[in-house]
Amino acid sequence: MIQKMLGTATCALLVSLAGAASAEGKIVISNWDGYMPAELLENFTKATGIEAEMTVHATNEEIMGKVVASGGKGYDVLFVSGQFGEALHKLGLAAELDHGNIPNLANLYPEAMQLSHDVGLKYSVPYAWGTTGLCYRSDLVKAEPTSWNDLLKPSDDLKGKTTMLATDRWLMMPALLSLGYSLNTVDEGEIAKAKDLLIETKKTLLAYDDTTFYTKLVSGEASLVEAWDGWCNYGIAENAEIKYVIPSEGSDMWVDTMVVTSASENKAAAEAFINYILQPDVHRWVAENILYKVPNKAAMDSLDPALVTQFPNLGTTPADLLKYEQLRDLGDGQKLWSKTVTEITTAN
Amino acid sequence: MVLSRRIILTGPGIAWIILLLVIPCLLILGNSFFERGVYGGVDYVFTFENYSRAVDPLYASVFWNSARVALITTLLSLALGYPAAYCIAMAPKRRQMALLILVMLPLWSNYLIRTYAWMLMLNNEGLINRVLMGAGVIEAPLPLLYNDFAIIIGLTYGYMPFMILALFSSISKLGPELREASTDLGASAFTTFRRVTLPLTLPGIAAGSVFVFVLSVGNFVTPDLLGGGKRTMLGNLIYDQFLTARDWPFGSAIAAIVIFIMMALLTGQAILINRRAKEDEGVEAA
Repeated sequence: MIQKMLGTATCALLVSLAGAASAEGKIVISNWDGYMPAELLENFTKATGIEAEMTVHATNEEIMGKVVASGGKGYDVLFVSGQFGEALHKLGLAAELDHGNIPNLANLYPEAMQLSHDVGLKYSVPYAWGTTGLCYRSDLVKAEPTSWNDLLKPSDDLKGKTTMLATDRWLMMPALLSLGYSLNTVDEGEIAKAKDLLIETKKTLLAYDDTTFYTKLVSGEASLVEAWDGWCNYGIAENAEIKYVIPSEGSDMWVDTMVVTSASENKAAAEAFINYILQPDVHRWVAENILYKVPNKAAMDSLDPALVTQFPNLGTTPADLLKYEQLRDLGDGQKLWSKTVTEITTAN
Repeated sequence: MVLSRRIILTGPGIAWIILLLVIPCLLILGNSFFERGVYGGVDYVFTFENYSRAVDPLYASVFWNSARVALITTLLSLALGYPAAYCIAMAPKRRQMALLILVMLPLWSNYLIRTYAWMLMLNNEGLINRVLMGAGVIEAPLPLLYNDFAIIIGLTYGYMPFMILALFSSISKLGPELREASTDLGASAFTTFRRVTLPLTLPGIAAGSVFVFVLSVGNFVTPDLLGGGKRTMLGNLIYDQFLTARDWPFGSAIAAIVIFIMMALLTGQAILINRRAKEDEGVEAA
């Protein structure tokens, strides 16, 4: 306990001390580990002459904590999900982008300019996007799942063989979709109904799992899990019996974006980095490497069709994606959400 | 002269504690009286709201659950650690170091990796279930993972070395003379243990138990991985407030309450031990 607290406070302290780390002319990028090809930065430096350094974060929340504590000093480009980009913008920590420095924005799908968290991409540029659905072992389930209720109220043979995502937004999502509510609802009555449903579901779950759910499918520990489409692809790569489906009630449309910090002292270089990513050959290489859809029309059009055959969810069209609601920052509603999730995870 | 030497010797340690313990704790305490910003961060508006939210029975139940799991872990560590520490203390001196290194060896590898190793052992397709099913002892896999049992196993395994080390340092100080005297006066081995060894090693038991309890109650990795996220302990609750909910003030308030309770418990324990020591002195003086 004490150890934990100290950890957090010390972190905040050290981060603020480490503020002035960014050297002149060099940009610092923070991304999820493994969410970008390893040689990408090297190629970027070769192509542009700009030095770049990579740091990693495990979660959106982790990088948010660091950036909020330090005001963003020491970072130039952050990879965060759309709703976190939105929060950074509202906190004044995201820089307004100069589209003149990012001509490759023209390669994006028109739909990708219409993201609800940032219409017109004023402060964030989409890097990858996709859905959250059901990932399952077609050889271990009796019937192919079609609805979130297949996860929420599993048949007897699936009890103890299912997992749900552990992060609050996705933990609640299946129940909200099943009940027909908005993914961003902060209505107490709706949240309470979703909570009751999820407490019932918890009794049938193997675990809440954000990180190893696809390996549980591969090992056969689980038969049906809630998963992000790209992570399901990692399972499919290891076992062709693993399949992905977007349930009939829908999904969220998540977007991972690149944001330039307002504290960046090398804003033009940071924008050059974003522009480099948006080159069709680079962004296609990213998609092939991480097995996530990228919102870049020129890149996706040149994607190897064999890859789409092996991982069908890479073929989800932007028009289909845009049918789904995007997660938004909950603002003050976050208090209700986090209390509700605690109630679910402490329920017996 | 003496004073300046004292300052030179203790200065770095005190500075370290002030910089990395006292100041962060004060920051936590300070944060707990402000409001959460709408988009995370801290709005510097004074409020008691965080504390009024924290007295919800929901969080009390998290506290009791954590205390229960930590207490069972502590008792299990004590029951398993005491005989081990006793044997090491009784072993020939030249072997003691090797045995102690064996106890500490697991600490040289990452806690997370060791926790994943337990997942591989305990899961439905894991080593233990496969062996038991292969041998025909059970027909369906036992639910060993993703429950309180797995959390307690993981915590006990992880923190046992601290218990053994604390007990060892206490037991090894005990010379054979007192036990021999007790035997000479006709006490059985069990009575000697109960009336002589056990009371004299109480400080070691107390120190080891505090280590294990405090570390267990604040752990959040083990409940997440071995508990499958289905049990929220205090560590998870505070972790979630700081990171997932980005509600630092509320996380700080819970943390401050927990620190206060822990300090009250430890102070209580220290007062009891002091009083006992004084009584013992009184007996000797008489």
